Amino acid sequence: MAKTYKEWMQPLRELEEGIANLESLAAGESGDKAAEIAETIRRFRQRRDNYIETLFSRLGPWERVLLARAEQRPYTLDYVSRIFSEFLELAGDRAAADDHAIVGGPALFQGRPVIALGHQKGRNLTERTDRNYAMAKPEGYRKAIRLFRMAERFRMPVLTFVDTPAADPGVESESRGISEAIASSMLEMVRLTVPVVSVVIGEGGSGGALGIAVANRVLMLEHSIYSVIPPEGCAAILWRAPEKGPQAAAALQLTAQTALELGVVEQVIPEPFGGAHRDYDEAAAGVRDAIALHLSQLDAMSPESLKADRYDKFRRLGSFSHQDLAAVSVTS
Amino acid sequence: MKAESGSSAMFVQCQGCRKTLFATEFLASHKVCGTCGHHHRLTWRERVDATFDADTFCESASTLVSHDPLNFPEYAPKYGQAQAKTGSMDSVTIGTARLEGLPVSVAVSDFHFMGGSMGSVAGEKVTLALEEAANARIPAIVFCASGGARMQEGILSLMQMAKTTAAVERCQEAGVPFIAVFTDPTMAGVLASYASVADVILSEPRALVGFAGQRVAKQAGVHKAPKDFQSAEFAMRSGMIDRIVPRKDLRPTLATLCRTLGGRLLHGAAHG
Ligand SMILES: [Zn+2]
Repeated sequence: MAKTYKEWMQPLRELEEGIANLESLAAGESGDKAAEIAETIRRFRQRRDNYIETLFSRLGPWERVLLARAEQRPYTLDYVSRIFSEFLELAGDRAAADDHAIVGGPALFQGRPVIALGHQKGRNLTERTDRNYAMAKPEGYRKAIRLFRMAERFRMPVLTFVDTPAADPGVESESRGISEAIASSMLEMVRLTVPVVSVVIGEGGSGGALGIAVANRVLMLEHSIYSVIPPEGCAAILWRAPEKGPQAAAALQLTAQTALELGVVEQVIPEPFGGAHRDYDEAAAGVRDAIALHLSQLDAMSPESLKADRYDKFRRLGSFSHQDLAAVSVTS
Repeated sequence: MKAESGSSAMFVQCQGCRKTLFATEFLASHKVCGTCGHHHRLTWRERVDATFDADTFCESASTLVSHDPLNFPEYAPKYGQAQAKTGSMDSVTIGTARLEGLPVSVAVSDFHFMGGSMGSVAGEKVTLALEEAANARIPAIVFCASGGARMQEGILSLMQMAKTTAAVERCQEAGVPFIAVFTDPTMAGVLASYASVADVILSEPRALVGFAGQRVAKQAGVHKAPKDFQSAEFAMRSGMIDRIVPRKDLRPTLATLCRTLGGRLLHGAAHG
């Protein structure tokens, strides 16, 4: 089993490089030679597509973890720029700082005002450091609370994008109340009487993810993950072996499919062939259509029933029964 | 604390200062060391006895058990062992009780059951206790003792954070006070959900209180971590806790809060 995304994708990368070489070769040729190269390119592309198809037809939980964390994946702002117009990022928690791990602001979704916000990862070392690897601090959740209140005040639906390994675990976050900030952010979402839709686009990392995902409808991209604990952390606790992440991922079943079966999410959004990173536009179109569908359903609800609907959604979640009664699972 | 002389258990050793203590005195002080003040962990039954009026606790939802939704490796036997060891079905016990005569809705987490971890059953029970408080218009008192969410139930355990937090909002809407008492330890998924949005947060002295596991958190800022990092005292200094209350003072402190914050409920429309 491949340990890293790079290792796992090595054969595919070699195929892609081969195709790219042939394409540059073809550029300088004409006639029969060009036709011959074109034919080779066609066969290489076929082989690449077959390879992707085989690879993606038997994705295990660990491969999903690698995909969900892939640096090439579209991040929140990649979706925001494709799905919304007039997005204007707002900053600061009005108390201490602006946390770059969470971005958000008002925007138009298909012409209608909404609040869009989400965790934001970085693409290079400078960005990743600036965004703290999308591990939000208390200030990030307090900025989210500000935006939730704004949404409530101006009757705007809330759309959140979830993509974080975890909330920031550092000493300073602890002393400024990271736990309280996450809990208060959830509580603020519970109170909302406007539609709320959350989309897990990459990593749904425990409380840090849930802090902005108490929604009427929670959607997951096909290859995203949602987990109570990172698989490496789970392996460290269970088997004192963080390197057994793949086994822990299997045990945790942190895939979109399981989340759907357990009633945690309402829809799994299919990704473009070979994953969201292979076609940002198509991935964003899928997310946009899913949001539009769920918003149109939520629009039929009154403000009070939107709040009640959200309560009921989470109220139902759990798997238990009375031992002295016939075993009846509370979830499906 | 372990018995010093076999089964007779005349003496126990303090886990804080290692002194040998008389078992009778130790139990009379609800397992607080008379020498160093170390607060040893209580079972849910000991907690109820130490806090509420005698023979007023009325347990509910006692038969709830988890379904092991992921068929998680080694969970079923571990769960069975915890049940056999504690005599409880899961980590949280709920019910109603009287506190200096006042009716209250109660949830008590027991660390002895799988580290007090919150899975489907614990989440459901805390939610039921908070909903009972809101419906019956009585204060909610929750004793926390938990390492966090129970990883063996995967994503459903995480969802208990949202579910229990939503139930807090029911209490807020109903105007009933919710008081959380942090005991050793109050961590991670429990701290980052219902526990931290209580109206009043009390903590026993020196309880471990924190978001991330200590190893993880210190790695993320080891040079800056004070000696008492992730203790109740650290949380108090950081503004996250209202009061640190020794065990012997918890009962009167809770009763006072029920009479003040919950006073309107007691006197009904007369003072409403
Ligand atoms: Zn002692």
